[in-house]
Amino acid sequence: MGDELSTAIAVIAATLRAGTPLVFAAIGELVAERAGVLNLGIEGMMLVGAVVGFMVAASTGLTPLGFVAAALAGMGAAAIYGALALNLMTNQVATGLALAIFGAGLAAFLGQSWVGIPLPGMALPFPETLRSIPVAGPILFGHDWLVYLSLLTVAGVAFFLHRTRGGLILRAVGENQESAHALGYPVLRIRWLATLFGGAMAGIGGGYLSLIYTPQWAENMTAGRGWIALALVVFATWRPWRVLLGAYVFGGVTILGLQIQAAGIAINSNLVAMTPYLATIIVLVLISRDATRIRLHTPASLARPFHPEA
Amino acid sequence: MIDRRTLVGGGLAAPFLLGGLKGARAQDGGPLKIAFMYVGPIGDLGWSYQHDQGRLAVEEHFGDKVQTSYVESVPEGADAERVLRQMAQAGNKLIFATSFGFMQAVINVAKQFPDTVFEHCTGFQTAPNVGIYNGRFYEGRYVSGHLAGRMSQKKTIGYIGSFPIPENIMGINAYTLGAQRVIPDVTTKVVWVNSWYDPGKEAEAANALMDQGCDFIVQHTDSPAPVQAAEKRGVWCVGQASDMGRFGPERCLTSVVDDWASHYIKSTQHVLDGTWQSEDYWGGLAEESVVLTPWNDAVPADVQAELDQLVSEIKNKTTHPFQGEVKNQAGEVVVPAGTVISDADLLKMMYFVQGVDSTLPG
Repeated sequence: MGDELSTAIAVIAATLRAGTPLVFAAIGELVAERAGVLNLGIEGMMLVGAVVGFMVAASTGLTPLGFVAAALAGMGAAAIYGALALNLMTNQVATGLALAIFGAGLAAFLGQSWVGIPLPGMALPFPETLRSIPVAGPILFGHDWLVYLSLLTVAGVAFFLHRTRGGLILRAVGENQESAHALGYPVLRIRWLATLFGGAMAGIGGGYLSLIYTPQWAENMTAGRGWIALALVVFATWRPWRVLLGAYVFGGVTILGLQIQAAGIAINSNLVAMTPYLATIIVLVLISRDATRIRLHTPASLARPFHPEA
Repeated sequence: MIDRRTLVGGGLAAPFLLGGLKGARAQDGGPLKIAFMYVGPIGDLGWSYQHDQGRLAVEEHFGDKVQTSYVESVPEGADAERVLRQMAQAGNKLIFATSFGFMQAVINVAKQFPDTVFEHCTGFQTAPNVGIYNGRFYEGRYVSGHLAGRMSQKKTIGYIGSFPIPENIMGINAYTLGAQRVIPDVTTKVVWVNSWYDPGKEAEAANALMDQGCDFIVQHTDSPAPVQAAEKRGVWCVGQASDMGRFGPERCLTSVVDDWASHYIKSTQHVLDGTWQSEDYWGGLAEESVVLTPWNDAVPADVQAELDQLVSEIKNKTTHPFQGEVKNQAGEVVVPAGTVISDADLLKMMYFVQGVDSTLPG
């Protein structure tokens, strides 16, 4: 019994860790999409954030500074996208894909001489006395700063989108750009800010991987998490708290699959590996079985370029 | 969503197309063009990194006589065949495909390019223009197992597998048999991550094994993340493919390193001389295709001496990891007493030996 309890605790703690980079990346993309910007380049922005964050943290020895650099680098990558897709009105889908590929290449290039350098982790926020409380300790107090920051970010975004005037304007821009423009809102500027926020969050998500989760730089270390974050936004039907739930479902199923195996329970690992994707498909089917429902959830101006004169 | 998916596929193919074009500047009578196809990024600091070290050794050894190129992070599947075909069309006369999952692609493409030499790493299918090569990693695993037997307190040791294929399975079995030299009732727990390279998942696999009581971790995946995870929790571990010691200065006791340079240089020489023939090269500790890095100081001196002795016994063939009697999980004798397993049986090993606490995925 004690064994099962400790396994359950380990699974929960590991789930929060595994879900955190997804939370950051997906919440950033959610804000961008709610403003009508479909940026598929999350994977690229995460990788650029991961490598720049690592370079700064490894050379200064300051992990928090690494996160600031990761956020700025992600914003930088998003700015490239913004200049092309928002100002020059290139196709958002193609531009985002280009950013994903470009970011991966750029990160690999920048990181060439940073491969194989170990990085010391970051001190945990809560003292040992709190962390060693049975059950509650490891679940509530055992995590790193960023896990708590990700929760605050989701709460902040949820509050901003649904409880503030700024959030209302952002959603208006995403739902009906012409009306927002007619009402005098600066559509382009708001989309730029949302895009930069998305980039910063993706950068932090990438930085979480290279600075805390596995403190090292390795090429392509995001291993597809940017694409999962993209799917999560749809999975969450563009709702912040559901993004959090979705990220933990994804993380949790992965972790559970590993723990079940380690416990020696006979289960096909391929089957376990595909469950998160299966879950996404099921959710997609569920939310789209009703055409009006999916239309109600999707920002109506998503991926539509904005011409002020039109 | 459908649009996104289709475009994602198209986007992923783009780098390979570019790679093909880049290599297409063919020249006649110039240097021998050699191409390498890697399953992971060369910055993985593991499997693909070591192959690329081999490529660089070929360049250094032959200088102007060769021109090498590579395509990294090629998925095992339809993409592999396309990349190989482009490599052959671009005039490469010697192509190394460095992952098990490329096997069918190599065989298919080799049929269409009979004048091009293909070498496939860790596979088992050959053709007149397809040779295979591999490292006897299981020898390193066996020594790691003995080390685990000496260092483990809990008699429970862990193995992070990539995919349930013979290469991994023989590693798991050799590790278990090595540990049984010291602890006859040792238990080996196995976690498959279903990837060769995913640092996050590899680290969590290590955590899962440690959560389940394993106090010695070895990995069959390519990133140093498991070593880091073990170091963090103060658990002994062994690095894989390249020297991962600096990721676990206290806890990483050795690394089982793949050294491909000598084989790549030899094959290149044969192709240059026109004497290349399809062969099945399988080098181990004796050929120094598999190398163990110096023991960590945490390994007691008497254990170090024991391990050195074991390594030299394997080198001079007086000890074989799979010498009878070996029983599988069902208790059936798979290697009778007084014999050692044949290479053919090793390469199709699809069973666990007694002591492995895991069921092979059907």
